Amino acid sequence: MQALYGFQDGSGDWFISIDTDKCTGCGACVTVCPAQALEVGEDEYDPLSEVHVARVRNAERKKIRYTCAPCRPGYGENPTPCVAACEPGAIAHSDAWQHAYAHK
Amino acid sequence: MAEGAQKEYWRWPEGTWVNPDIDWQKGTIITAGVDVGSVSSQGVVVVDGELYSFGNTRTGFDSPDSARKAMDRALAETDLTLGNIDYCIGTGYGRVNVPMAQRTITEIACHARGANFMYGPEVRTVMDMGGQDCKAINCDDKGKVLNFMMNDKCAAGTGRGMEVFADLIRVPVWEIGPRSFQIEKEPPTISSTCVVFAKSEVMGLLEQGVPENDIIAAYCAAMAHRIMGLLNHLGVHEKFVITGGIAKNEGVVKRLEEALGIKTAEQVWYKAEYQDCPFDTQIAGAVGAALFAEAMVSKGKVKSVRKA
Repeated sequence: MQALYGFQDGSGDWFISIDTDKCTGCGACVTVCPAQALEVGEDEYDPLSEVHVARVRNAERKKIRYTCAPCRPGYGENPTPCVAACEPGAIAHSDAWQHAYAHK
Repeated sequence: MAEGAQKEYWRWPEGTWVNPDIDWQKGTIITAGVDVGSVSSQGVVVVDGELYSFGNTRTGFDSPDSARKAMDRALAETDLTLGNIDYCIGTGYGRVNVPMAQRTITEIACHARGANFMYGPEVRTVMDMGGQDCKAINCDDKGKVLNFMMNDKCAAGTGRGMEVFADLIRVPVWEIGPRSFQIEKEPPTISSTCVVFAKSEVMGLLEQGVPENDIIAAYCAAMAHRIMGLLNHLGVHEKFVITGGIAKNEGVVKRLEEALGIKTAEQVWYKAEYQDCPFDTQIAGAVGAALFAEAMVSKGKVKSVRKA
């Protein structure tokens, strides 16, 4: 499933999405995230599953817009460290960062 | 207060029910789910995957206390005690504050699972209209979450908003649905979704002498409109169901159906043997939690904590 972590407000959708079907729980994203926003743990939305997956730490979910902003998701020259580190390509950012900041 | 005790128009009826067809002593696995929401709390007891009893009550200012109250209601008319329960799972906003629970599960997973049990496996989209947030969930035939959208930064257009509104116009909250259709033609909707702004807008309308029922209709339409945004974002698939307290308000539900062009499923139990059980849309989260507990105990994923 597409697990969305973040929030929606008047300025747009601020989400990290993690595709739990692609995620292998390897933890590569956890080590590269400069804000330590990620962790690997039980799949919250499928409690009966045995597989552990990456997820955003609870404390970051309601401020993800600001946590992720320094990595310039979607509009920097390079992909963010977490997206670059994810081999199966399970992590993505919603496009609000791009819309809000790319032109500046 | 000068005119004596003021009537509390927001107060909705609390409920409790026990399944007369089940003898819990013959059951092997007894599990419970406690859903402590921001406005209401529910306790559900499941015996071998079948609904045994539930209690639905208001959440007070103290989460552990509300969880106890909800469970007490579920157990009140039975001779079951907390010690007889194999495993208990907490869910909802106050889930970390449920003293009798052994673990917690997010309400998203629980509502999908609960709706799957209550409305049947054909359910594909669940809209949970909670006390202070709303969530749209797409799920598969086993009640597993596929994706979801949540609106949790603001409580506008949710259950508590309806309660505040009921109090303001002095109409009991369960009469709002039927009264919103006693109008000549559909009025323009309340333009503010924010509860505070909507409140002042309603005050303005009352002062202009707009009929009460028109204001009720306008508020219901505003709420339906707000939920629409969330649902369009996620995509709605049939069978579409609504859980939570607002599902009991036909004024919002029918307007939402009209705007979406999709009917919500009828509020009847999927399993025919529950036909005498009141269909309480508010218990979906707690039902899901209790079913997860049952699945975990029977699969040996967790150990039973049963004392008696």
